Amino acid sequence: MVVFDKPKALTDAPLHYCPGCTHGIIHRLVAEAIDELGILGKTVGVAPVGCAVMAYDYFACDMVEAAHGRAPAVATGLKRAMPENVIFTYQGDGDLASIGMAETVHAATRNENITVIFVNNAIYGMTGGQMAPTSLPGQVTQTSPYGRDVKTVGYPIRVCEMLSALDGPELIQRVAVNNVKNVMAAKKAIKKAFQNQIDGKGFSLIEVVSSCPTNWGMTPSNALKWLEENMIPYYPLGVYKDRSAKEVK
Amino acid sequence: MSEKVLMKGNEAIAEAAIRAGCRHYFGYPITPQTELAAYMAKRMPKIGGTFLQAESEISAINMVYGVAGAGYRVMTSSSSPGVSLKQEGISYIAGADLPALIINVQRGGPGLGGIQPSQSDYFQATKGGGHGDYHLIVLAPASVQEMADLTAHAFDLADKYRMPTMILADGTMGQMMEPVSLPEETTSKVEKPWAVTGTNCEREHNIINSLYLVPEQLEKKNFERFEKYAKVEENEVMYEEYMMDDAEYCIVAFGIAARVSKNAITAARAKGIKVGMIRPITLWPFPKEAIAKAADKVKAFISVELSMGQMIEDIKLAEECRKPVVLCNRTGGMIPDPEQILKTIDTLIGGNN
Amino acid sequence: MAYTQVLIAGFGGQGILFAGKFLAYKGLLEGKEISWLPSYGPEMRGGTANCSVIISDTPVGSPIVSNPDILMVMNLPSLDKYENAAVAGSKVFVDSTLIERKLTRQDVSAYYIPATKLAQEAGIPTLANMIMIGKMIKETSIVSFDDITDGLKKVVSAKRAELLDLNLKALQMGYNYEG
Repeated sequence: MVVFDKPKALTDAPLHYCPGCTHGIIHRLVAEAIDELGILGKTVGVAPVGCAVMAYDYFACDMVEAAHGRAPAVATGLKRAMPENVIFTYQGDGDLASIGMAETVHAATRNENITVIFVNNAIYGMTGGQMAPTSLPGQVTQTSPYGRDVKTVGYPIRVCEMLSALDGPELIQRVAVNNVKNVMAAKKAIKKAFQNQIDGKGFSLIEVVSSCPTNWGMTPSNALKWLEENMIPYYPLGVYKDRSAKEVK
Repeated sequence: MSEKVLMKGNEAIAEAAIRAGCRHYFGYPITPQTELAAYMAKRMPKIGGTFLQAESEISAINMVYGVAGAGYRVMTSSSSPGVSLKQEGISYIAGADLPALIINVQRGGPGLGGIQPSQSDYFQATKGGGHGDYHLIVLAPASVQEMADLTAHAFDLADKYRMPTMILADGTMGQMMEPVSLPEETTSKVEKPWAVTGTNCEREHNIINSLYLVPEQLEKKNFERFEKYAKVEENEVMYEEYMMDDAEYCIVAFGIAARVSKNAITAARAKGIKVGMIRPITLWPFPKEAIAKAADKVKAFISVELSMGQMIEDIKLAEECRKPVVLCNRTGGMIPDPEQILKTIDTLIGGNN
Repeated sequence: MAYTQVLIAGFGGQGILFAGKFLAYKGLLEGKEISWLPSYGPEMRGGTANCSVIISDTPVGSPIVSNPDILMVMNLPSLDKYENAAVAGSKVFVDSTLIERKLTRQDVSAYYIPATKLAQEAGIPTLANMIMIGKMIKETSIVSFDDITDGLKKVVSAKRAELLDLNLKALQMGYNYEG
């Protein structure tokens, strides 16, 4: 009996992520959603600049590598040219919420019919642990060595709360991958974000609160504990906007 | 060729693009190219195409990148400051070997500059513009007819060589109306097996990418790309020779500067001065051989430009400094008039005697 | 071989660009080489506006008219700016309702038409431009007055057919104006 099978939507390429990094889990959740919806052959993914930059090697669907922050614009082009295909972006916090904020907000307000997977680990991982737009107040990073001082660099951005203020988007939801229960919920949310696109409902963004043991300077298990105690209180999990659900009511 | 109609240059580009099979346009408002976007906004929804006013020039060029990756003909248009913003995306498009068309209806710079015509983005257009080793094919129309014809040609070249192409026009070319015979609708379909159209679970996945972390691989990729550029230089140079048979002085000018220069040539010849012109139509690849050949017989070159002198460097490189090259220019949105060109020629003659 | 350079200048809102466009289209219908170049930018919004029109038997070189063979001015700043730019022997058309002074030059032919007043009296206050053009055609034959409606049809939207007759009326008023 097969108890573990690699999703078809993942290639055989070995992942380059650090030990304890949650990108591997999130890749798998995305791949499982693609498999279960039977859309592998028509899916095109857009990889970011950041730790997931090489996602184009890991997902078995057609892939595009975008410039830093531009994935929603690239995805807009792909979707407008190929409305029958399924287009998703996979972006980190620096990519989506800092350099690419304009692209994010405008794709959302246009209700662009794409799926956005937003991995929030409160740090720039690829470049070695700099302060991110989602780094917590007081959080020590390479570029906030004395802790994030909100008086000089401002407060973290809560992306879901902000985007849910727009009339445009279909689904805005925050999940986490710190325990089995949350991973299951994340899986469900990601699948729904793809299903929404298939149903023509529009912009669906799933923020996945995740960890970065390497740059947080913690063991993987301590990182998950820190996530639970610090990240989730600042970034509460839940559905921030679900237009279809509202219509049902 | 169809019946002649009067059109603005900006509109001629838009209509020619549609006839070349372009169904996707992304832009951001900026003077003096607004008519182009307005034309697309009107036409695209009626023919099942995309017109999207993006949130920025940066987004617009990245939407272009997406459509190009999907294998469809696509364009964006802007003017100088907006084209600066697009440079990141253009570099990625070049680095991923994608065909796309970028229109620059130039205005004066640097900075916010002005809104009057200029040619001061010559360096940016012909030397790369963004980061990294790459070129665009750069076409410089000098009439509304060429705005249309070169747009169609630019799409063909982009597909043929899998590289971005640019129409480098200016505010005058964009705003003026002239009779134009619009090109016929393109019916030819270019196969693009590299496009990310979905694997259909029948092939390996395609990847549109410009990232090569192993330097040997990136170097190899760049070498290959420059082999392609060598073929472009060999096959795709375009220029017009005007009254060069007996010319003793050779004006080199493109776009609106070439139009003004024709008046100056007429006036000079009326005075018995033998002046001709080489008008580059492709700015990259630059018509080096034509310039080098002219250097064998003319006494001097005059580079007429709406800039502080940018193309003049390519002229000097092409003729290897065998003959003097003088600059006749205005900048900041001003245009040299035929009298200024005549004066420059007079000074040259005075200097030679 | 005719190569005629026309400069039309006035305030934004006087239909300067429209008048030039009409000339260009009429020339095109007569098989001439044509260029039309507007001033563009903030001028469109109430400042000065001008346009260069070249109608020729040979290909047009520069589309920029610096020294017009025909100058049409509809406000004083335009006359001040372009009077000396017109070539010797050129024909200058002045809206004398809006420009009180005469030309200072003697080497050009000046035509003074109270176009704005005539237009107001005729109940077509926005068509002084076309009265001026009518007179210009009469005195210069830059384009033919035959089939004049065909030219108008190219610039007047089919949706606003009533404007066709009014434009025609204005052109005829100018063409027949003796003064």
